[in-house]
Amino acid sequence: MATAAETARQGETETIRRRWLLSAPALVIIFVAAVGPLFVMLAYSFMARGDYGDVKFGQFSLDGWFSVFFQRDIFDDTVTLADAHLSILWRSLRLSLITTVLTLILGFPTAYFIATRPRHTREIWVFLVTIPFWTNLLIRTFAMQQVIRNEGVINTLLRALGIIDQPLQIMYTDWAILFGMVYVYLPLMVLPLYASMEKLDFRLIEAGYDLYAGRLSVLWRIVIPLVKPGVIAGSILVFIPSLGAYVIPRVLGGGKNLMLGNLIEMQFGSGRNWPLGAAISITLMVLVMVALLFYVRNASKSGAQHG
Amino acid sequence: MAKRHFDIKAQPGFAFLAMFTFAALYLPIATLVAYAFNASDSVSIWGGFSLKWFVEAWNNSAVQDAAWRSLVVAFFAAAIATTAATMAAIATTRTEPYRGLSFKYAFINQPLMVPEIVTAVALLIVFSRIKVWTGYSGLGYLIIAHTAFCIPFAYLPIRARLESMDLTLERAAADLYATPWMAFRRVTLPLLRPGIIAGFMLAFVISLDDVVITEFVKSGGQDTLPTYMLGQIRRTVTPEVNAIATAFLALSVVLVTAFFFINRQKT
Repeated sequence: MATAAETARQGETETIRRRWLLSAPALVIIFVAAVGPLFVMLAYSFMARGDYGDVKFGQFSLDGWFSVFFQRDIFDDTVTLADAHLSILWRSLRLSLITTVLTLILGFPTAYFIATRPRHTREIWVFLVTIPFWTNLLIRTFAMQQVIRNEGVINTLLRALGIIDQPLQIMYTDWAILFGMVYVYLPLMVLPLYASMEKLDFRLIEAGYDLYAGRLSVLWRIVIPLVKPGVIAGSILVFIPSLGAYVIPRVLGGGKNLMLGNLIEMQFGSGRNWPLGAAISITLMVLVMVALLFYVRNASKSGAQHG
Repeated sequence: MAKRHFDIKAQPGFAFLAMFTFAALYLPIATLVAYAFNASDSVSIWGGFSLKWFVEAWNNSAVQDAAWRSLVVAFFAAAIATTAATMAAIATTRTEPYRGLSFKYAFINQPLMVPEIVTAVALLIVFSRIKVWTGYSGLGYLIIAHTAFCIPFAYLPIRARLESMDLTLERAAADLYATPWMAFRRVTLPLLRPGIIAGFMLAFVISLDDVVITEFVKSGGQDTLPTYMLGQIRRTVTPEVNAIATAFLALSVVLVTAFFFINRQKT
């Protein structure tokens, strides 16, 4: 007969098995259609490119990785930095950073405004931010296109006011991408900021004023340090999708002003260089991981500070 | 003279910037919707109110196909994702931390961590080979790809719901000689229902909205509504695209509003 301890252990093994069985469908699906393919792509980045796209299966080559950063002259074999790729990398980083700063400048006051409304109206304001957030990204990009087109709202308005004669060419420039990304990712900044401002203890602000602090120093020395986790979370949530943006630069940048996402697509389309595309994809993923690690480190630090 | 009231919460310029933000969030959408009702052929000149572009879009067989395909993919992806996420949520909540738990969290949330374009080309690589090997090029690829990235979204509200649930009810059921399955079926599942519905709706909207992964995974002639629109936007823009976008928008708003209310409703 089994002892009580044995029965307990058996029950435990049973529980463990049941838990894995229950999680299995989710884990298997994600493995098959998300995690697994990433490993295949990693392998592809180390293979020789096929003549008509795809790769020469099993044929090891470092050409893909080499051409992410360098190019070889076809005539004299001299190796130079791949300016085209590096300038696209630089544009992606620069535009993502500017987008993050601009969404912060607009999002911070907005979140603060919502957090200081009476309790029953706050939900409505939050809801107003949530609606665009859940609206299809492509539709929002398209909506921005209608505003900044040559015959769009901005140009029509400026011409009607007599400020300009010729339409401002905003479409197909970096400005268009910037407008689009700020517009599309703004809710991603406001929502986490609001989440941390909602918990703000306004007695601390009152105490600040009692101690003769001005408005600016209350903001700078009380509010901002307290909502720092929200600022970091919002910035990461905006920066990461901006870096990997594909639809926005494709629609608004018009094929000339590429970002990393479009460069990747090109290698799988007209470029017919899958190993290079795979290598750039992994580079992009590493950049995102670095940003996430930065976030995790900062989040745990500021978490520890507040107990 | 009475001293002016000093509002400690106010910051100069903040209300103005907030109003600017809300205007900026809605002005482009409003423009898009307005031109959907434009009688003129162009998206620049206002020719009076008309529903003709909605009628045109409705009768366009390419739009009908794409819309139907979007709904089919979203329905199956959301249904499978919600089932898998519910099971996973039961296995990962309300327990002491155990070996493999944080691995499961990381794995389930993985689709959120990787840029969509990266997952999209990785899927293109794998699926294009499988398509050649098996000769099958149906909607299955789109459904499984969508299911994978829908799982973390379905998982979120279900897990939240489970964590706020009262364990004693299930224990009471067990005390009354309910088998574990009966306790689950008659106690846990009904209590979990709002979470499951919310998870399904979230997954449905996420699948419906997807552009990037669909664009790379779809076989020829498998446009969904978003990829169809992407193709149209690149060509000449007529108010027909506005009409499609407006209808799509209306559907999203309805779903999100419903989600908002379901999620707010307490036990």
